[in-house]
Amino acid sequence: MEIYELTVHELLEKLDKKEITKEEILASYQNRINEKEKDVQAFVTITEQEAKEEIKQKANNPSKLAGIPIGIKDNICTKGVKTTCASKMLENFVAPYDATVMEKINEAGMVSFGKLNMDEFAMGGSTEHSYFKKTKNPWNLNKVPGGSSGGSAAAVAAGMVPWALGSDTGGSIRQPASFCGIVGLKPTYGLVSRFGLVAFASSLDQIGTLTKDVKDSALLLNVIAGHDEKDSTSADREKEDYTKALKNDVKGLKIGVPKEYFGDGINTEVKEAIEKVIEKYRQLGATVEECSLDVADYALATYYIIACAEASSNLGRFDGIRYGYRTKNYENLKDIYRNSRSEGFGAEVKRRIILGTYVLSSGYYDAYYKKAQQVRTLVKNEYAKNFAKYDVILTPTASNVAFDIGSKINDPLEMYLADLCTVPVNIAGLPGISVPCGLNSEGMPIGFQLIGKPFAESTILNAAYTYEQNTDFRKNKPEFKN
Amino acid sequence: MSREDYEVVIGLEVHAELSTKTKIFCSCPTEFGGEPNTHCCPICMALPGTLPVLNEKVVEYAVRAGLATNCEIEQNSKNDRKNYFYPDLPKAYQISQFDRPLCKKGSIEIENEKGEKTVIRITRIHIEEDAGKLNHDEFGGGSLVDLNRAGVPLIEIVSEPDIRSSAEAENYLRKLKSILEYIEVSDCKMQEGSLRADVNVSVRKKGETKLGTRTEMKNMNSFRSIVRGIEYEIDRQIDLIEDGGVVEQETLRWDDVSGRTFSMRDKEDAQDYRYFPDPDLVAIRLSDEYIEDIRKTLPELPESRRERYMEEYNLTERDANLLTASKYLSNLFEQTTTICGNAKASCNWILSDISRILNEKELEPNQIPFTAEHLAEVIALIEKGTISSAIAKKVVEELFENPTSPSKIIEEKGWIQISDEGAIKEVVLQILQANPQSVADYKAGKEKAIGFLVGQAMKETKGKANPQMLNKMFVEEINKM
Repeated sequence: MEIYELTVHELLEKLDKKEITKEEILASYQNRINEKEKDVQAFVTITEQEAKEEIKQKANNPSKLAGIPIGIKDNICTKGVKTTCASKMLENFVAPYDATVMEKINEAGMVSFGKLNMDEFAMGGSTEHSYFKKTKNPWNLNKVPGGSSGGSAAAVAAGMVPWALGSDTGGSIRQPASFCGIVGLKPTYGLVSRFGLVAFASSLDQIGTLTKDVKDSALLLNVIAGHDEKDSTSADREKEDYTKALKNDVKGLKIGVPKEYFGDGINTEVKEAIEKVIEKYRQLGATVEECSLDVADYALATYYIIACAEASSNLGRFDGIRYGYRTKNYENLKDIYRNSRSEGFGAEVKRRIILGTYVLSSGYYDAYYKKAQQVRTLVKNEYAKNFAKYDVILTPTASNVAFDIGSKINDPLEMYLADLCTVPVNIAGLPGISVPCGLNSEGMPIGFQLIGKPFAESTILNAAYTYEQNTDFRKNKPEFKN
Repeated sequence: MSREDYEVVIGLEVHAELSTKTKIFCSCPTEFGGEPNTHCCPICMALPGTLPVLNEKVVEYAVRAGLATNCEIEQNSKNDRKNYFYPDLPKAYQISQFDRPLCKKGSIEIENEKGEKTVIRITRIHIEEDAGKLNHDEFGGGSLVDLNRAGVPLIEIVSEPDIRSSAEAENYLRKLKSILEYIEVSDCKMQEGSLRADVNVSVRKKGETKLGTRTEMKNMNSFRSIVRGIEYEIDRQIDLIEDGGVVEQETLRWDDVSGRTFSMRDKEDAQDYRYFPDPDLVAIRLSDEYIEDIRKTLPELPESRRERYMEEYNLTERDANLLTASKYLSNLFEQTTTICGNAKASCNWILSDISRILNEKELEPNQIPFTAEHLAEVIALIEKGTISSAIAKKVVEELFENPTSPSKIIEEKGWIQISDEGAIKEVVLQILQANPQSVADYKAGKEKAIGFLVGQAMKETKGKANPQMLNKMFVEEINKM
């Protein structure tokens, strides 16, 4: 097996046994990027040359992860390296500071290979809304990799980085992980610091991991989780070692499967795949029951109101005054604002800013934003009710597999529907993980989602791990079909 | 109809910068001044990805202000975003408080122009961040943004429309300023903009219950301009109504030079701030214990000090009022009195000469350069007869320039009182010789003539002669004649 095909825990074992060196790891991934990036287009900025230097500097770092490469979604601030959010607005923006997660990554001695493509400001589910390029799905280059962390998912699936960081506001880690046949973990809101993550929707955003398998997710979560004084919404909890939770045993685990996610909207092949997952869990000794998430129907509308409202405010700072894109075409202050924002933002971002501005405006606030917050409470309560009975909730990650590039770009509503299964998890602030569970007849990956109680990452990681260890789906490799 | 037929209704929104060491959402210093953009960081510059963390001192200070103005404290408060675009507002929203301010339903008592006590209700006090500053054409062409002030904590104190005249508005603001100084939450330096007010003015016919349309004068930062601005607006609005016009609700800028108000925004710009709870911050929950702990540490407020001064030091209500209006003057008074034991003299010096000099020099009381020890020494020197009160006035003037020991000043300047009988007699004889008419007047029963002679002698000795001795000696010498 090639080095770039190994998981990080496998790399660590081989390093430990001195079967490979850090230089070989670096070289293997560099070659892979040289070979595949031209087809996949996952990176906005490649920093492998800097990484080479960094590895030398970090040669004496005692951390076991020292020298392990990583890819970073381009909305996480990296000191001295551009953070563009895949937007013309921030095309040349270089943050003078590291996000808290980057400080942790650096402390662990890992080296960033670069910044990964995404939907502009993380708004979208296909990575087609990047200002710079369209990232391709490594399983089929005509398909989208999902989004918004599409660059992260595609880079990991293509073996250009062993793992990556993404961000998830309504499914932006789990859905691309599902589309690209890898594992994507969105932690509980507050487990990972948001300081340095360029905000899309502050009450929903969470940084998480995209990895080749579940053990790597636990390993990377160990690095990035933890309280941060710089983020008021970060939870002050004791640190856990998530790798210790991986017991390969789900006997007695109670799994609820909400019937609402198996209706007409779900593709038949996806439904069949999920049924097999349920069967597998039963075989492994878990109890699986049908349950109900009554408010599921309202979750999507609630999500788009809250997310857009917060985005409309969060993106106000991109005004052409202090940093970022400024129009050349202005005569007064209003022109600077109007033209910089009109020219600097893409269509999807503008659509959401307008929507968000509308739902917050005087006279509409109560009907939309306030009501959405009330439904949000109902969604939380509904989950709490289910978690009184079940340890985890199982759903498809996405209603279908990766779609053709360009097929939904002109139909935003259709695109929003792709988030149906993932969005409620963000609304309730819960942890969720997407795990590969097979390929459809076209050879495209399918994923299922496990949702846990707040801060029950250990529970969902163990459930995901047990499934993974007792199936072979993670051994499927993308073929870069054209 | 005349002005007397109208009732004036005024409400104030007072912004006070809190004197915390660091800003409200980051650890940058709040210090005034500094080269542009040197007191800022990625957070208060609103770089992408940064997050605010609430400075707990800001909450504490606001609660102090609330308790000192008889407010109810909101135990479940929060921060909200007020969204609007302006280059001095780097996030394009100001973190403020919308529907759950930290303090509400307070009141303070003031005196109106007739000397009657009247209560002004306080609607609310909330915390928020200050914006940066735009420098227009100051550094060459164009406008440049200075973010040193961005994120400096403010409290906004909103009054009910209970104020009925410009004099009441001034008294209300003075009272508020003195309270904030007492509880040490704000420097209240109006010339630096750390205390400023938006003034809402409307008029209505007497007897009318509905409020008239109000106009708002923004960012007024001196008592004088507030009084002038209100008077101008009252006249303007009444004239307008008398001429059959209607007052438009608008935001105005007061111009001190022309003595007029100007419209700041056109109506097209009616703002919708789209307030919503800031998702980057958590709820502010205050326990009973927290609030009581703050209440316990509140210092003595001006009201109670005033009563005490009248009781303990026998001061008149007027003097006690004047002294306690400024915490600094009041402290100076108490310290001086403790050292020299003469409350009457301490009070007189502070309210007459020292206040006059402050006025002339346009200084705030806390800019007095000398200490209570210095003032107490001046008083002691008069009592001992070392200097006359005339010299003492000069010493106090000198203390403003050169705050050092008064004994040293009088020694250096040669101002020690002449109490030597021989020297005084010499002057007395000289003056008597030069003023035979006064001598004759005195002998004819005009006792006032002595005063004139003493005055002449003081002039001759440049105020250094002991006036009591002069008086005595003139009488003695004339009687000998």
